Amino acid sequence: MVRNFPPDFIVRVDKEACINCLRCVRECPFGVHEYDKEKKKWKRHHEKCVACLRCAYMCPTQAISIEKHPMEYSPHPVWTNKVRKDIKTQAETGSVILTAMGNELPYLNYFDRLVLDACQVTNPSIDPLREPMELRTYIGRKPEKVDLEEDNGVDLKTKIAPNLKLETPIMFAHMSYGSISIEAQLSMARAAKEVGTYMGTGEGGMHVDLYPYADHIITQVASGRFAVHEEYLKRGAAIEIKIGQGAKPGIGGHLPGTKVTAEISQTRMIPEGSDAISPAPHHDIYSIEDLSRLIYALKEATRYKKPVFVKIAAVHNVAPIAVGIIRAGADAVVLDGFRGGTGAAPQVHRDHHGIPIEVAIASVDQRLREEGIRHWGSIIASGGIRSSADVAKAIALGADAVYIGTAALVALGCTVCKKCYTGKCPWGIATQVPELRKRLNPDEGARRAANLLKAWSHELKEILGALGLNSIESLRGNRDRLRGVGLSDVDLEVLGVKPAGR
Amino acid sequence: MAATLEKARVSKEGEFVVIDAKGMHYPELNVLIEDVINQGAKKLKLINVNGQRFIADGLRGDYYIEIHGVAGDDLGAFANGPTIVVYGNVQDGAGNTMNAGKIIVHGDGTDIIGHSMRGGKVFVRGHVGYRVGIHMKEYKDQVPVLVIGGTAGDFLGEYMAGGRIIILGLQRLETYPEIVGDWLATGIHGGAIYLRDEVDEDKLGYGAKFEELTEEDLAFLRREIEEFCSYFGGDVDEIMNAKFTKVVPLSHRPFAAMYSDSKEAGH
Ligand code: SF4
Ligand code: SF4
Repeated sequence: MVRNFPPDFIVRVDKEACINCLRCVRECPFGVHEYDKEKKKWKRHHEKCVACLRCAYMCPTQAISIEKHPMEYSPHPVWTNKVRKDIKTQAETGSVILTAMGNELPYLNYFDRLVLDACQVTNPSIDPLREPMELRTYIGRKPEKVDLEEDNGVDLKTKIAPNLKLETPIMFAHMSYGSISIEAQLSMARAAKEVGTYMGTGEGGMHVDLYPYADHIITQVASGRFAVHEEYLKRGAAIEIKIGQGAKPGIGGHLPGTKVTAEISQTRMIPEGSDAISPAPHHDIYSIEDLSRLIYALKEATRYKKPVFVKIAAVHNVAPIAVGIIRAGADAVVLDGFRGGTGAAPQVHRDHHGIPIEVAIASVDQRLREEGIRHWGSIIASGGIRSSADVAKAIALGADAVYIGTAALVALGCTVCKKCYTGKCPWGIATQVPELRKRLNPDEGARRAANLLKAWSHELKEILGALGLNSIESLRGNRDRLRGVGLSDVDLEVLGVKPAGR
Repeated sequence: MAATLEKARVSKEGEFVVIDAKGMHYPELNVLIEDVINQGAKKLKLINVNGQRFIADGLRGDYYIEIHGVAGDDLGAFANGPTIVVYGNVQDGAGNTMNAGKIIVHGDGTDIIGHSMRGGKVFVRGHVGYRVGIHMKEYKDQVPVLVIGGTAGDFLGEYMAGGRIIILGLQRLETYPEIVGDWLATGIHGGAIYLRDEVDEDKLGYGAKFEELTEEDLAFLRREIEEFCSYFGGDVDEIMNAKFTKVVPLSHRPFAAMYSDSKEAGH
């Protein structure tokens, strides 16, 4: 049968400029460029190109350009080219389509329909160059009230639950060693330490190279319990129980045995070459009471020294679920919206399950306030945070801090080619192949990741200044400083914001 | 006040430090255990235990802890080395995600015993409930072993990635006399389960199959049963003289062929 499947991209090479150095052949992990030395002939496998642009940037003569393939099926608004290609792929293979990174369908992006306020005339704005601006954020349970003891100065009588101290309300999301390289993890760990924030291990355990940064690392306990060991729990700064993930709500995950190399096997504490399967649920958690048991099992095991977070995918009933989580004893609830990235997810789950992070933050913050327990735990938001403006809007909607995943990887060189699950990341990030890993220098990576945090923090201070606020705390849940543009009445009600003009 | 109360609870009995757990809430009991351990106790005896959770959670070291009464949920969860002997029953999650050590239970156990264990051993003289041994794993020379004298409920050894489970069926429930419930070893991709009885194939979950026992299996079973009998009594030869069923994974890569993408499909 004729495979009538037009390639996504076309690789154009300027024959005049090309010096036949074969660099592109070595650079492309997907085998797009092929040179027959005997016949002295080039063949470009356009159908394999993912537009990562690696070859184009490595070509010494800039001979390569990658373009969208001009050949397409006859246009149809319902039977899009993508839909037709997916059907053909599945007709060929009979299997689930795997993909990576975040939701690709054009759902409404609420961040882009929300605008921030600014001071004019009646209330002066603040210049962050002149005045101190407080971005410091504490994640964890806050006391009901504070009792002081006055006796030769003032002492705090109230016992404060352990909190994480963030110098900026932005953390690096959990991306496991195995899904990304140790060089990528090291880059973020160093940046987190330098800036005074945290990164997450994901379910891959903590590689020994990360030990020096352990006080800036949040460990993860997921359904496969890989690497979960008392020393691992005690080593990190906080513990996160992963129930769900925005990119694939309701399903588990698995690292194929082919990717469980000697080093990966060591940090995950599983045999080399065996599939690492994380079941969809934790099989010791079928209720909020069970969740509470795991939260306290972890607190007991670490003698109540570490805050314990619980991460869920943002789904329909996110508010009552989050309330249950906080009442179960979690020090923070992590909400991962449906634009959240991933190293590997079935496309059908990535694109069709879950809800946007913006509405999840608003409804959880609202419900926790209504129940009078907002101070019991923090809200950490993730899933599609692209800029300091998104951070500011997430915080104004009610988040305490955010996690960034994709944005951090883009800072490390990722071009969002969506091929992480192949383990052949052209930019040395989502790979364990030694030759590919060399493409990311962790010193350079750390500098860039730290720069991103510094740049966004700087912008956050400017945003606060324009709002006439001098601490991020005053922006939290301050939805009066947001307005909706072009949103429906119901959307506005859920978000708890007024329409622009009111 | 609290200090005198705690003093009254702690006493010495030979090499043992004895703690009277009567009426204590679990966080206080566990703080007290931590205290006596920090003061050098190696052998502890907890009396009047009545459902207190998280005893010996995350405990590292070769401590010996005797529990008189019913141990609550997650006994020895994340534990790394201690030996815990329970003269009574245990509740959910005993040995959950344990890395090393031993839990010996003279009574019954409820659900999720030995969940995600990576090392060490759990022996239960009586029955256990549902979801026991789910996602047990192994790593290098750490091969966890779970030995149950009675029967086990549904979902035994689901997603098992390593380790060994032995169900002896020496005692039976009147209401459900079979040695194991349904959905046995669904999604198993490592390790093995041994059941001392014939087991209907209908009970097998997706990804599991029966396999003939080898000489090696029998030698392994004998060793573990000897240890079982050393704790609870019983005749090793008599126990060995029965038909055992062995359950193993169909494949170590159960999901290998489930996914595709257009590039790999040759498009
Ligand atoms: S890298 Fe550029 S110059 Fe070298 S062979 Fe490829 S296209 Fe030609
Ligand atoms: S991490 Fe690598 S493979 Fe994944 S999208 Fe980015 S560039 Fe592509």
